[in-house]
Amino acid sequence: MATTTTSGSAAAETDARSASDVAPAPVRRQRRGAPMATFLGRRFLSSLIVLIGATFIVYMLLAYAIDPLEDLRTSTAPNKQQLIEARIAALNLDTPPALRWLQWLRGAAGCVVGNCDLGTSWVTGAQVTSMLQGAVYSTVQLVASATFLAIGLGVVVGIVSALRQYTGFDYSVTFGSFVLYSLPSFWVAVLLKQWGAIGFNDFLADPVVKTGTTVLLALIAGVVWSAIVGGTLRRRLVTFGVAGAATAAVLVFVSETGWLLNPSLGPVVIGAIGVGIAYAVVALGAGLKNRRALYSALTTVALGVALYYPLQYAFVNASWPLIIGLAVVAVGSGILIGYLFGGPDRVVSARAAAITAVGVGVLIFVDRVMAVWYTYSNSTRINGRPIATIGSQTPGLQGDFWVEVLDKFTHLLLPTIALILISFAAYTRYSRASLLEVMNHDYIRTARAKGLPERVVTVRHGFRNSLIPLATVVPLDIAALFGGAIITERIFAWSGMGTMFIKGLQTADANVVMGYFIVTAALLVIANIVVDFVYAALDPRIRVNA
Amino acid sequence: MTLQPPLQPAEAHHDPAEAVEQNENAIELKEVEGLSQGRIVMRRFLRHRGAMVSAFVLLFVIVLVTTSIGWGPIPGWWKYGYKELNPITNAGGAPTMGFHDGGFTFGEHPFGQDNIGKDGFAVVMRGTQQSLTVMFVLGIVSTLIGIIVGSTAGFFRGRTDNVLMRVTDMFITIPVIMIGAILGKWVGGASPWALAFALAVISWTGMARLVRGEFLSLREREFVDAARVAGASNGRIMFKHILPNAIGVIIVNATLLMAAAILLETALSYLGFGITSPEVSLGQLISEYQTAFATRPWLFWWPGLFIVTIALTINFIGDGLRDAFDPRQRRIPTRRALARADRRREHAAARQAASAKA
Repeated sequence: MATTTTSGSAAAETDARSASDVAPAPVRRQRRGAPMATFLGRRFLSSLIVLIGATFIVYMLLAYAIDPLEDLRTSTAPNKQQLIEARIAALNLDTPPALRWLQWLRGAAGCVVGNCDLGTSWVTGAQVTSMLQGAVYSTVQLVASATFLAIGLGVVVGIVSALRQYTGFDYSVTFGSFVLYSLPSFWVAVLLKQWGAIGFNDFLADPVVKTGTTVLLALIAGVVWSAIVGGTLRRRLVTFGVAGAATAAVLVFVSETGWLLNPSLGPVVIGAIGVGIAYAVVALGAGLKNRRALYSALTTVALGVALYYPLQYAFVNASWPLIIGLAVVAVGSGILIGYLFGGPDRVVSARAAAITAVGVGVLIFVDRVMAVWYTYSNSTRINGRPIATIGSQTPGLQGDFWVEVLDKFTHLLLPTIALILISFAAYTRYSRASLLEVMNHDYIRTARAKGLPERVVTVRHGFRNSLIPLATVVPLDIAALFGGAIITERIFAWSGMGTMFIKGLQTADANVVMGYFIVTAALLVIANIVVDFVYAALDPRIRVNA
Repeated sequence: MTLQPPLQPAEAHHDPAEAVEQNENAIELKEVEGLSQGRIVMRRFLRHRGAMVSAFVLLFVIVLVTTSIGWGPIPGWWKYGYKELNPITNAGGAPTMGFHDGGFTFGEHPFGQDNIGKDGFAVVMRGTQQSLTVMFVLGIVSTLIGIIVGSTAGFFRGRTDNVLMRVTDMFITIPVIMIGAILGKWVGGASPWALAFALAVISWTGMARLVRGEFLSLREREFVDAARVAGASNGRIMFKHILPNAIGVIIVNATLLMAAAILLETALSYLGFGITSPEVSLGQLISEYQTAFATRPWLFWWPGLFIVTIALTINFIGDGLRDAFDPRQRRIPTRRALARADRRREHAAARQAASAKA
């Protein structure tokens, strides 16, 4: 019963479609000799039937919805009749749609044995499979970072909101998430283009923050931070003051030095932020009382700062393999440092140091990207208007690896913000509800009663378990990620899956639309199976039953 | 929670914490004494401030759009039609609404005009009418389909359930915006009714699953056995006995469905697969006027504002309904309110002590 209510209210809370896919898994006693293979077989079979049925529905709807002869009907060509007949013959339009579907299905079935034939687009003559490759690549680029950022941010805000239940912060987050739910994505995207790109680019011409704006932003930052930190009036006031002053100082610095025109971090700032990261990671993951973890994290920061200048030489001829290799080395050295500090639980120190190493590494990377900002924004192709509104890259831009990375970033920025704004609210609601539910359980009370510090209770007993319901949504969202963001892609002129679908539908190109659909649907079906297993693996109360 | 007359905490218990809890329950019971379930839900809903404000705002919007330019038999009081071209009043068709000569005036064209002189207010009103029509029709029809499918599957179980749920799965596999676009291209164009029915055919799946879940658990309850023993038919048990018990979940989900519906309709119209020109819908308006953002931002702001207002109010009403139907929900005062109550109590005690001394 408990599972039923949870998934019921969760389905209502999040985007109805993605959440309601998670049927409440039955709670039964485990049968002897876990019939996993049988279960897997049956699950696959029924999913396959569902998938084939769905392609049938879409194919039939498409056959009646689109009209490939539309342009010819109004044509004034003298050989109009011949052209129509030629197209009917080429597209097999005399065959009933159901039979055409069978033909299409035979080609698609070849995908199972690695001989994919999804037909060709009659408009462009291109193979649908090759069109799909390009579209999937481009869509994943666009949506992946947005999805993961939205999950991360949503979970963090949701958790803080749950821990501060019934405070002003909680109510504001709830209200804010309702507003975000109600925003039409196309409206947000157009606004972002106007303010985020055009407005910000105009601002960059003379990047001076006005005093009024500085004061206002500082006040907002103070209010937000004091609401997050909470506590007594005194503590709130101190937080308000510190956060407000820090924000004001940063803004004044940025404005006075023209930092935005030629931004950089430098080893000092990297060191300072790195120490902050180290403290945060240790405070959450190990507790500041664990001195070994703290020292290993701080050592990692020191190492990172010391390597700042040598790394600049390595970055001259950078490429993705080198960057990934360096990231692996960073994690490895973090683990090594944590391990060398020894003590009874080396794993905790190694983990803290490794996470800190990733943070410092990202900072050094960002600093290097910032270094090309000036050249980038003043190049003839950009002309001092760096934030792009359309496309995935600046055509004809010449530059090294770093310029390319920066170019990608400026193109990804706005669509990513648009996507985050839309999907982030759902994760906030979801993780908030989930943590509140978990924190009411008896084992939390037991954990508190046996004297565990509140950090351990929240992070280890509460937070981890609150992620279980989330694990059932995330695979579905990752699958949906490949389907692309139809509206966002359209507005930002990004040629991914969504654009492919829209173009296919507009030009009455059934094979293209079906190609889009089969990829999306197959991934969704697979994700559903994955969800069942993840859930069964994470929650011992749930067993697969054949 | 057993029904018992509210006791004075002191005479019932000595443990203070338990006494407080008992007292709270007693207050809660006293609040709902002699009320039917419907009245309790109603009362809880009326107390939900966000939902009540939203309900009033939504009602205002509905009255405004139905009466202003007229709708079917209802006559309109606004002087311009949504297809009329009028001489441009302000430079560039800027809105006439605002503070002029020391007072607030609406003027000739409160929401401004577009480049060919169409009245912004009339166009937005017409667009809102269309979008609201789609929203309500879609919400009602897909709720009905969902109830029928879900209740049949949940009540009869076995093979019926299996077949119906596989069909539901098939529809769920299809991304809603994709099938919406295909259907919109097929039936779309001028009529919001056709679009609404077409979209309803694909958006019932979540409702069907929820209703099925409710039926699966409710059909095992004693009152269903009692009804069966009394000789009630299957249909009577389903719709007279089980359905009223599942109504909370259904109403809440129907509201949220409507909020999603208006966003879906506007998105499809924006993409050009929903309601298309010369008919207007809020999404179609935004799509048409987005290029004029820099020169005539009012053409872009008003339709968007109406979409957000409608979606937001409906989401809030849905939230209020959920709280109202949820028996576990209690009204929790904010910390500040609790602190204020504490202070007031202390003040009162101090005053009493002072007066006793005097």
